[in-house]
Amino acid sequence: MSASVLTVRGLCKNFGALAVTQNVDLDIAAGARIGLIGPNGAGKTTLVNLLTGMLTSDRGEIALDGARIERLSPEHRVRRGLVRTHQINTLLMELTARDNVAIAVAERRKFAWRLLRYGPQWRACVEEAQTYLEEIGIAHAGGRRVSLLPYGEQRLLEIAIALSLKPRVMLLDEPGAGIPSTEAHLIHEALERLPSEVSIMLIEHDMDLVFRFAKDIVVLVLGAVLTRDVPARISVDPRVRSVYLGRSVV
Amino acid sequence: MQAFTILLDGVAYGMILFIISVGLTVTMGLMRIVNLAHGAFAMVGGYFATVLTLKGIPFLWSCVAAGLFAGALGALAEMTLYRPLYRKGELQQVLLTIGLCFICISALTLFVGATPLPAIVPAWLDRMVYIGYRDYPLYRLFLIGVGALMALVVWWIMERTLFGAKLRAAVDDPQMARAVGVNVNKLFLFTFVGGCALAGFGAAVGAGIMSLEPFYALRYLVYFLIVVAVGGMGSFRGSLVAALLIGVVDTAGRYLVPQFGGFLLYVLIFSLLLWRPNGLLPPKSAT
Amino acid sequence: MSEIARAPASLSPPSPLWHALPWALALGFFFVGDGYHSLGVNILVMILFTLSLDLALGYAGIITLGHAAFFGLGAYAAGLFNIHVDNDPLLGLAFASLLAAAFGLLTGMLILHTKGETLLMLTLAISEILYEAANHMRWLTRGDDGLDGIRPGPLLGLFRFDLWGKTSFLYVLAVLFVCFVISWRVVRSPFGRSLDGIRQNSRRMRAIGTPVWWRLVAMYALSAGMAGAAGALSAQTARLVGLSVFQLLTSGIVAVMLVLGGERRLYGAFIGATIYVLVQDIAGAINPFYWMFVIGVLLIVIVLFFEGGLMGVIDAARAKLVRKKASGEAK
Repeated sequence: MSASVLTVRGLCKNFGALAVTQNVDLDIAAGARIGLIGPNGAGKTTLVNLLTGMLTSDRGEIALDGARIERLSPEHRVRRGLVRTHQINTLLMELTARDNVAIAVAERRKFAWRLLRYGPQWRACVEEAQTYLEEIGIAHAGGRRVSLLPYGEQRLLEIAIALSLKPRVMLLDEPGAGIPSTEAHLIHEALERLPSEVSIMLIEHDMDLVFRFAKDIVVLVLGAVLTRDVPARISVDPRVRSVYLGRSVV
Repeated sequence: MQAFTILLDGVAYGMILFIISVGLTVTMGLMRIVNLAHGAFAMVGGYFATVLTLKGIPFLWSCVAAGLFAGALGALAEMTLYRPLYRKGELQQVLLTIGLCFICISALTLFVGATPLPAIVPAWLDRMVYIGYRDYPLYRLFLIGVGALMALVVWWIMERTLFGAKLRAAVDDPQMARAVGVNVNKLFLFTFVGGCALAGFGAAVGAGIMSLEPFYALRYLVYFLIVVAVGGMGSFRGSLVAALLIGVVDTAGRYLVPQFGGFLLYVLIFSLLLWRPNGLLPPKSAT
Repeated sequence: MSEIARAPASLSPPSPLWHALPWALALGFFFVGDGYHSLGVNILVMILFTLSLDLALGYAGIITLGHAAFFGLGAYAAGLFNIHVDNDPLLGLAFASLLAAAFGLLTGMLILHTKGETLLMLTLAISEILYEAANHMRWLTRGDDGLDGIRPGPLLGLFRFDLWGKTSFLYVLAVLFVCFVISWRVVRSPFGRSLDGIRQNSRRMRAIGTPVWWRLVAMYALSAGMAGAAGALSAQTARLVGLSVFQLLTSGIVAVMLVLGGERRLYGAFIGATIYVLVQDIAGAINPFYWMFVIGVLLIVIVLFFEGGLMGVIDAARAKLVRKKASGEAK
């Protein structure tokens, strides 16, 4: 296994008496394609929130490229390259798709503190933004207001924004949620196009999508890692089957 | 003993603040409306009571009528002006209600006049009673009594009636309340009317210490808002605690450090809000 | 394409001619408006004040009922600077706006963690604190007598302030122009756009690494500085500062002017403040309470029926015109 980009050791979080994250260890290598699955209430979103800093952990270490980040604010973690997408839509609905990305580009390129430079720098951001839309396959939607985009394209836009931040690690929180099955392949195609050097952890209910995308699957149960293995072995693992109570996993 | 007198004065003042503000806390907590016209409803009630009293109607009946009148105006306003506001932003709410305030101020000035109204404290209240160590105005004791009575009534409605249960549920979790079939529109209307009625009644009863003039609606608005913010929006107990606290602190400040009384009050409020942004006793939904 | 035409945000930017219009009108007024220059000065000062609020409230979404604090602080600072330090108006202006900006920075750092009604109350409390402070520091501010005796020296050492307000008019117009250009650039810069993003969804902005709090504080300080400049101009041109600058009514009125013209449009401030001051002047001449009534009715009508203020009405008319033209060409 190549060197780990994101390393988690002994991560714990309690909500009162309820342990929502128990002693989680996790290594994400450069270019990894990891699927994070688990039944409802397994603590998948909590784990993402802990990693990104939306919640602070009670115990444990999180390191990105060897540097400890568990005390950093969410913004700082993003700037170091740990980027997430949201389960629910958090796009800026009044702006165009392209401007949504351009704002993120401006933030990454540290233009956002220059109060009086509005011409060339913003145009550069907009041009760069368009390249990410092309990469994700929604270049045609660039000039349209987000509120007028179909839901599937909004989810793709969310990924394009994350991509524009040039992340080391991307945490995709249910990118396929709420998308009609006829459009699900769009998400998969977009995920396949993500740059290979970026490490990706996909949190998803759509098992089809997870098993097609991930090279490595982590199963989370009651806040703890149950097992981690390649998809072929996860799908025949009796423990995983029993966790899903007989629900067909493949 | 001076401390006790200040305390009594402060409590009397706080009780009036409570009667007027309790409606505002519920509308701001329940409907999420920044209602800057609350003081205007109170003021109109107070004016109405003064006119009735000057026409010879007994003081208490005038006050009750003031409550009914302010409540009726509230019903009218809720159904026409406030309903479209529920979906709008805070700024829109601030402006529409300030507009309403402006209209009330100018209308009262044009039709009644810009000078403060004479206080309508009746003769049977306007005297001193001995309270163990000194003479004390009966009117202020009366205010404390009325305030306590109103607090009891509001408490009883909130805690012992189905209406109150629905109200508390809607403040704590509006979506859940809607989901279990509470008719939120009707609840809003009744609450708003009740709040306006209390405000009108409170302004009428308390006219002896908070004198009525057209800018009443803005001058005391700051106090009403402070009671709501410090108590925790939507919290009935919080507004009682906050109203008494502010009444006492403001009164004590004016007695003891007249130069800095107002200054200290606002610094206290500012620090309180920084320390507890949701107020002293916020309802569950805010925490 | 039709949906784009309907959205006011994506209207083609106004031609240079439109940009020149308000400034040309103001300059034209300078030459023909004899006898009304002080009214004009009053309007320009209020435009600047409203513009400052548009930055904080309109663009950054900082909901405030305490912008009077910065206006008043700027006014007293400029007045006191003039009396006790130096009578150069530009120095006084710079001092006042820097002081107001610093105060905005400080208070912004304290209060911009909060939002909604709590923020509203905190901003209100700040202006009340200043009111009380100014009221009690009589030795400095002369309390409710008001601070008078402000006598600004000649502008740039050359132009004396005349009785009719002609110099004042050009002075204020020039300052307004500079502030407008700054605002215009700021809201179009990546900085301004990030604040627009924060207003729409601060969670999204955190997810792309925006230091939301710092960004809000910066915009608040900028807006405070501009409000302070407006206050300073008011003190220098009226030569008097009264305690009422700190009142809730002052903060309310500037918000009214903003919404009357339309938020997030910069030029909305021009229309809103002009109409407000004119209505106040005309209706106020008949009876000071008529204007309050008229403004009150106007506010309710605007909030209920014209969401984008008067600029919104103009934009809608323009969009309609564009559509008509487009459909005409299609035929």
